[in-house]
Amino acid sequence: MLVLQAIIEGILIGGFYALMAGGLTLVFGVMDIVNFAQGILVVLGAYLSYALFTHLSLDPFLSLLITLPGMFLIGVAVYWSMIRPIKRDRVIMSLLVMFAVGTIIEGILDLIFTSNLVQIHTSYVNSSVKVGSLVFADIYLYAFAMAVVLLAGVYYLLYRTRFGRSLRASMQNPTAARLVGINTDWVSAFTLGIGVALAAAGGMVFGLTNSFDAASSYDLISRVLAIVIFGGFGSLTGALLASVIMLSIEDVVAVVWSPTWSQTMFYVVLVLVLLARPQGLLGRKAVRAQ
Amino acid sequence: MTLHRKRGTGRNGRRIGLWTAGAALLALAAAGCGSSSGSSGSGPITIGVSVSLSGDFSGDGLATKQGYETWAAYQNAHGGILGRQIKLDILSDGSSPTQVATNYQKLITVDHVDFVLGPYSTLLTKPSSVIANRYSKVMLEGIGGGPSVFERGLKNVFDVSASAKYQLITFAKWLAAAHKPEAVAYATMTDPFLQPMLDGARSYLTSKGFTTATYKVYPVETTDFTPIASAIAASQAPVVVLGSMPPDGYAFIQDFIQDKYSPQILIEASGPDQGADFVKAVGSTNTGGIMVPNTWYPGETFYQNSAMVAEYLKLFGSTSGVNNDANNISADVAEAFSAGQVLQQAVDHVGSTDNSKLEAYLHSGASFNSVQGPVKFLADGENGAATPFVFQWQQGALQDVLPLGIGKTVPIMASKPAWGANG
Repeated sequence: MLVLQAIIEGILIGGFYALMAGGLTLVFGVMDIVNFAQGILVVLGAYLSYALFTHLSLDPFLSLLITLPGMFLIGVAVYWSMIRPIKRDRVIMSLLVMFAVGTIIEGILDLIFTSNLVQIHTSYVNSSVKVGSLVFADIYLYAFAMAVVLLAGVYYLLYRTRFGRSLRASMQNPTAARLVGINTDWVSAFTLGIGVALAAAGGMVFGLTNSFDAASSYDLISRVLAIVIFGGFGSLTGALLASVIMLSIEDVVAVVWSPTWSQTMFYVVLVLVLLARPQGLLGRKAVRAQ
Repeated sequence: MTLHRKRGTGRNGRRIGLWTAGAALLALAAAGCGSSSGSSGSGPITIGVSVSLSGDFSGDGLATKQGYETWAAYQNAHGGILGRQIKLDILSDGSSPTQVATNYQKLITVDHVDFVLGPYSTLLTKPSSVIANRYSKVMLEGIGGGPSVFERGLKNVFDVSASAKYQLITFAKWLAAAHKPEAVAYATMTDPFLQPMLDGARSYLTSKGFTTATYKVYPVETTDFTPIASAIAASQAPVVVLGSMPPDGYAFIQDFIQDKYSPQILIEASGPDQGADFVKAVGSTNTGGIMVPNTWYPGETFYQNSAMVAEYLKLFGSTSGVNNDANNISADVAEAFSAGQVLQQAVDHVGSTDNSKLEAYLHSGASFNSVQGPVKFLADGENGAATPFVFQWQQGALQDVLPLGIGKTVPIMASKPAWGANG
């Protein structure tokens, strides 16, 4: 029963990790940029929800109505002010720019919130539901439902809208996309905006389930990068699948063996998958075939 | 009450690369300079310290710095050392083991300080004590008590606080005396301070007939504690002992509540000592009965404690987030202050700034006083006279409950109330 519970909890928690990883993989797919600031952007999202909850008593899920558009605008602004002006070696330079963005955000968060740990403590974070002998925390159920809705929304945007076609065209061949009249700058700006907005949603759940400070981003970015590599750079579905598999493997190993080996086991699986499929579970080749 | 966060490792490894180049340059610069016998006999006594003002340990590092500054201010107002004023030479190490070594190298070989005091954490004390040893400098410290500091045979490092393996011993002795042997669930972070702390308690309890329901060790990078908490909950152990830092300490409690599992006895190495932050994280009705070990609290009556609290509040009371409330002073302050106290007593007794004479005297079995209680060094530099306290949340306040007969203890709550019942 403990193993079954670990698997289901892994799936539920994997949902909100997919939000964090989804933004990262989307940005890479369109812009060929590994957004090293994604970890701190997740923490920024957590802090925004925390501030709105603490000062305005706004429920964190409701606060997404403010933080999602706000973070979207931050993403667009970062692209327009820092990435678009780069004319040479854009891919490499963008890595440095995003690293700098992350460092600046971390410094500002430390300045405003200090290094004291905080957590969003709503009335429902401690409640749970019992199904037979299994117990599931309500917050993970809510977070999983939210992740499904948001990722479905992004999926709809990608595959059922004109913007999505432009975005996918930019992913497949940016030069050809520009030749047929697609404004790839705006596509890139919107993509970074969406990626950062997804980080806000993931961050909100992270803030509900963990105490955090600005330095929490370092643990997050390594895990999220591993998920994106496992799922395949550029694949939203791959990110979701990889998140669920990663968290389930880790949880099961932690329960039946030892937490010390849980991450190691995940990386063993990751290496085996990459040996068989260097592009990851649903890497770029698969995406371009869709 | 805000007590300690005495971690040994952290996420700082990811930052090490950023410091490496600068550290190498500074080390090269330092290597070009010869050693020195220290400052002149009439000027101020210079004491070098490296503290973590950025990075993972920045919160504790700032408290450590304030502890040293409080001690220097207090001691300067009371005659200094050897009749000379104390001047602190403080460098920041960014929580990096590489940078902390570079800093002590610079303090000793470039700044020519008379003495050095320790940095924050076991992780940083290890490399810095090696540097101090290389230049025959004594290192008195209060916040680096992991066994790995004392296992390398260095004769120059002295910890004025209770070392890691004894931190939970007061609790373990009480449990063995007050309860029949029963199952205990253990979980700890892989940390050079926390894991020995937990293992020390486990070893003692096992020798008294207590069984291990589960024993989980998790890496410092862990962010999802639900499977570990579920495994502990499934064991239904009446006693839970956690070698936690605040983030995991909070998460475990949240997960236990979600799992509808309420152990009779719950003690965490760190987390419940974080005062208002702890209450906010776990909810005010869930704190009752939870215990935490520590080496100091503001109201105790040991040597110069009330003077230290007053001096600290005078210097930092309105600017450091404690809001002039002594209960919000970090134990890091007391641990740093204690190191200074022992240094002053020993140097005044020796009558010179000669570090070799100081080292010999500290090893002589002499006793010292500190705000944390008596200090008497064992051969390896640990404080053999330390008696850790145990605190327990009762009616919304953290109370001193153990050991009996020392300080003003209140009766211990033998069984933790159910979640939500406060108590």
